Amino acid sequence: MSGTFVGMPAFPEAARAAVADERLRGNLKHATHTIRAKRAAAVAEVSDWAELREAGRRIKDHTLRHLDHYLLRLEESVTAAGGTVHWAADAAEANRIVTGLVKATGESEVVKVKSMATQEIGLNEALEAEGIRAYETDLAELIVQLGHDRPSHILVPAIHRNRGEIRDVFRSEMKEWGRPAPEGLTDSPAELAEAARLHLREKFLRAKVGISGANFMVAETGTLVVVESEGNGRMCLTLPETLISVVGIEKTIPTWRDLEVFLQTLPRSSTAERMNPYTSLWTGTTDGDGPRAFHLVLLDNGRTDTLADDVGRQALRCIRCSACLNVCPVYERAGGHAYGSVYPGPIGAILSPQLRGTASEIDASLPYASSLCGACYEVCPVAIDIPEVLVHLRERVAQGGPATRAGNKVVLRPAKGHAAERAAMRATRWAFGRPGVLRTGQRLAARTRWLHPRTLPGPGRAWSATRDLPPVPAEPFRDWWERTNGGRDDGAAPQDREETK
Amino acid sequence: MSSRDRVLGRVRRALAGLPAEPEPYEEAVPRAYLRQHGERSPEGTVDLLAENLADYRARVHRCTPGELPAVLAELLAARGARTVLVPPGLDPGWLAASDAERIPDRAESTPAELDRIDSVVTGCAVAVAETGTLVLDGSADQGRRRITLVPDHHVCVVRVPDQVVASVPLALGRLDPARPLTWISGPSATSDIELDRVEGVHGPRTLEVVLVGERA
Ligand code: SF4
Repeated sequence: MSGTFVGMPAFPEAARAAVADERLRGNLKHATHTIRAKRAAAVAEVSDWAELREAGRRIKDHTLRHLDHYLLRLEESVTAAGGTVHWAADAAEANRIVTGLVKATGESEVVKVKSMATQEIGLNEALEAEGIRAYETDLAELIVQLGHDRPSHILVPAIHRNRGEIRDVFRSEMKEWGRPAPEGLTDSPAELAEAARLHLREKFLRAKVGISGANFMVAETGTLVVVESEGNGRMCLTLPETLISVVGIEKTIPTWRDLEVFLQTLPRSSTAERMNPYTSLWTGTTDGDGPRAFHLVLLDNGRTDTLADDVGRQALRCIRCSACLNVCPVYERAGGHAYGSVYPGPIGAILSPQLRGTASEIDASLPYASSLCGACYEVCPVAIDIPEVLVHLRERVAQGGPATRAGNKVVLRPAKGHAAERAAMRATRWAFGRPGVLRTGQRLAARTRWLHPRTLPGPGRAWSATRDLPPVPAEPFRDWWERTNGGRDDGAAPQDREETK
Repeated sequence: MSSRDRVLGRVRRALAGLPAEPEPYEEAVPRAYLRQHGERSPEGTVDLLAENLADYRARVHRCTPGELPAVLAELLAARGARTVLVPPGLDPGWLAASDAERIPDRAESTPAELDRIDSVVTGCAVAVAETGTLVLDGSADQGRRRITLVPDHHVCVVRVPDQVVASVPLALGRLDPARPLTWISGPSATSDIELDRVEGVHGPRTLEVVLVGERA
């Protein structure tokens, strides 16, 4: 992934700083609780949610299982519709391709729709290094970009900023990038949005190159789909002469009809709306309407490594709705920056260490950035069992084992000098030392699926390395933790202990 | 080796250990979800559309075909629109009663020119009642995608009940993927500042929908 977060402290340190920041916590709590409640209502409106969720899971699993076939199909349909398909094995290659395409147009600035994939590869920085200015046009991304800041949430990247801070950023920074903020700008959201509208409109109207990601790519038809609210997406997708879309290979779905599932589950899970204000679907190029040239860059960058992992593969089902962030007690307190990647929250905790590997301290600590309460699994519209993957990754960090890196099978050692393990232990202690973080975890005892880890995290590992945990624990995990001093004493559960080896 | 081969090779190696084809696509994906939510008469579906459009802050009007020119003239006048963008295939009768200057949707017009136009009037391809969504597919009565984006005031005319479907699955079945499609649910909106909803960041800040049918 990008170098944006190089030098990030591991999760526990970053989280500690975030937890101490009262304003950040206040902003976050307000936001996550608001979205959470609204989402529940939006989901309750459809009586077949469970069936939609299951269909979504199966569509994604089926696509992943036959990803080579569907990628080829996609390439064929996009090409037939007038687009050009490029393949990028990693971030550097994707950046090279996009930079080359922009340069070929002779332009030195581009407008961008918010896109996780381009953030992941650090595209803006790569373009800047080549003298190309990339303007983020999503309001929240604009706030982040003008504030020389980093996004902290998938859906609302500037969730950590309040209106006063946004006004200050607009007042001091807009003039550096183009049209300055209006005189006497106040902190009313309507005025702030108007300032952004005026500032960005001059860019939209002159832009010759647009860059986007996509929420879905339909293999059968070659159609790309972008779901958004503000209309900045429509601006970037239709006004420029050249459109470049950088999309992770896992965004493929087989057929047109499959959209009927995701266009029902994504908006409700994400913004808690029946439907988001704008959805754009385009297939290659259309004469006289929209860009004359369309380039699709298919991005691997660790996705095939993730695909190679039996347990971890399910993370590729993610449709980036961000519902799991809003229910996560750890995210709520730590904020998105603590995760040290563009993918924060529960999904980030399982996706980043898979895309990037667990060699760095931050990545090694991420699988521990969770209380395993299971709320993320419950809300996930494609039923990713995040706790299961977390436990699996903890095992990998602590014990090493087979994995795939950059397409090659490797055997990971238990992180060098045990640095990763120490980071992990600190993360575990951090989470477990906070009753609030764990409160939701009380449900652990009742709903036991997360209590089927093959091994225990951190100190419990020594005990569990040679035996399986009991299928149904006789006492809540937290009680066990307290009773055994976090596993430092003999960590055997009082009864039902199964010796399997 | 090309990157294409590299990526495809990695995909194939990643999947190599798995059992062959577990089941064909049709059986791999259960479609146990509903085609639509609830049973309604055609009029009931139109009412639901009106309700959901309004819930997302579109302004909804209803009239008979005979009343349409007067309604459109009134909406444009109330807005103070001096200029109105007109897609090539829009029924000329629709705007017959309005004084606003008609500007044709031309391929050569620049985005800056579009930005100076007050309003746009279009038809639509299909409307989805359950979600309060209008779908435009670039047909002659809807024009290029950008004309419903740049002007600040969009008036969309929906023929009811024939252009209305209950649900997203039914809408997809009616659409042609080869066409550029825009799904619109309420005016442009953002909740990026402390989750306060603000209308109109980039797209039209005012969306008016005229439901035209014999039942007034
Ligand atoms: S993991 Fe599931 S809940 Fe989280 S962002 Fe992805 S799809 Fe949404």
